[in-house]
Amino acid sequence: MRLEWDKLAEDARGRLERLGGNVTALVWRLGYASRFLAYLVMHSGTALKRFRLTMAEIYFAGVLSLIIILVSGLFVGMVLALQGYETLQRFGASESLGVLVALSLVRELGPVVAGLLFASRAGSAITAEIGLMKATEQLSAMEMMAVDPIARVVAPRFWGGVISMPLLAALFSAMGIFGGYLVGVQLIGVDPGAFWSQMQAAVDLRNDILNGVIKSLVFGVAVTWIAVFEGYDAVPTAEGVSRATTRTVVTSSLAILALDFVLTALMFTGGNNG
Amino acid sequence: MNRSTIDLWVGVFVVAGVGALLFLALKVGNLATFSNAETYQVYAKFNNIGGLKVRAPIKSAGVVVGRVADIRFDNESYEALVAMNLDAGYQFPRDTTAKILTSGILGEQYVGLEAGGDGVMLKSGDRLRLTQSAVVLENLISQFLFNKAAENKEPAAEPKK
Repeated sequence: MRLEWDKLAEDARGRLERLGGNVTALVWRLGYASRFLAYLVMHSGTALKRFRLTMAEIYFAGVLSLIIILVSGLFVGMVLALQGYETLQRFGASESLGVLVALSLVRELGPVVAGLLFASRAGSAITAEIGLMKATEQLSAMEMMAVDPIARVVAPRFWGGVISMPLLAALFSAMGIFGGYLVGVQLIGVDPGAFWSQMQAAVDLRNDILNGVIKSLVFGVAVTWIAVFEGYDAVPTAEGVSRATTRTVVTSSLAILALDFVLTALMFTGGNNG
Repeated sequence: MNRSTIDLWVGVFVVAGVGALLFLALKVGNLATFSNAETYQVYAKFNNIGGLKVRAPIKSAGVVVGRVADIRFDNESYEALVAMNLDAGYQFPRDTTAKILTSGILGEQYVGLEAGGDGVMLKSGDRLRLTQSAVVLENLISQFLFNKAAENKEPAAEPKK
């Protein structure tokens, strides 16, 4: 009997220790990631001076993501118009379709969906690339040659992603509005004048569009930061790189959704009903 | 893929992205309407502003001539003090009436201006004397019910005489 109690206590202690260990590891990693970001920003001189390096990354993260962003934007806008029309016409407000499509895209769907697509299309690739460079000891080789791998490899990728993300989100929103126009006006037959003029009357430059751009910029920083950090911090084996890639997609998707809530609460609750 | 092709595509991407932003700002948003036009500010006091909001349009004869700049509660008269930015291109007489109206039945509220006959025009800092408050639906309904009740009472009282 006594032996069993001891065993149970031992078991519980082991579990608690593991839990504590996990939490400590998480906080430690967060601190390390923050230090990494600070170091990265301070050593971005090379990436910005030799802008060619960053340009190649904009091509890689931005231009090559264009197809998926544009096609998704188009279809999201088309679906929004279809669904929105169904509901709006019940209240005899089908002229407000433009407002519905534009506001949902500019405020929420543009930054968020573009961010999620960006995380899975470009973020995962960045992690895999940096992780593989680490696994094949290219990063150590650079250090040997007195080249700082963070300045030479990581920083251009970071800035490339940060620059690409707002542009991609804007393209997503514009394409979505075009898709909404296609379905709403061309297919269903909402009056085009009402579609555009109501949209223009309801969408505010500072409250809606600028806030959407700020959101996409924040998401861009978050996703690329997570991607480069996971890559740089990956265990340098095939399995480690694959795990890091998965973690990038999961963590950045969660980060986007959580940040979106916080940013929306900050932006749209206080200012808009004054 | 060599360098110059990459440059071209990055250029195309950046131009398209900035173009999309411009499209959002100009075509979707209302940048063009009253952001940098010259305005002058006038004030009006209302007993009740209903659901009027800052940046609501100010219309005269249905044309947007300005926007609501600020709404405040006046502690001395217990009224709402509304500051309005009017486009400098539109001049109104000093005895202009300001009403709070609703577009449609359940639409947004806006300020309607009705020009008076005075020869002197409004200038910055002036206050509109003649105002009409927003129609509060509850008051309207209760008034209607009171009237109905009063109507019903009279015929019933008649035969008693």
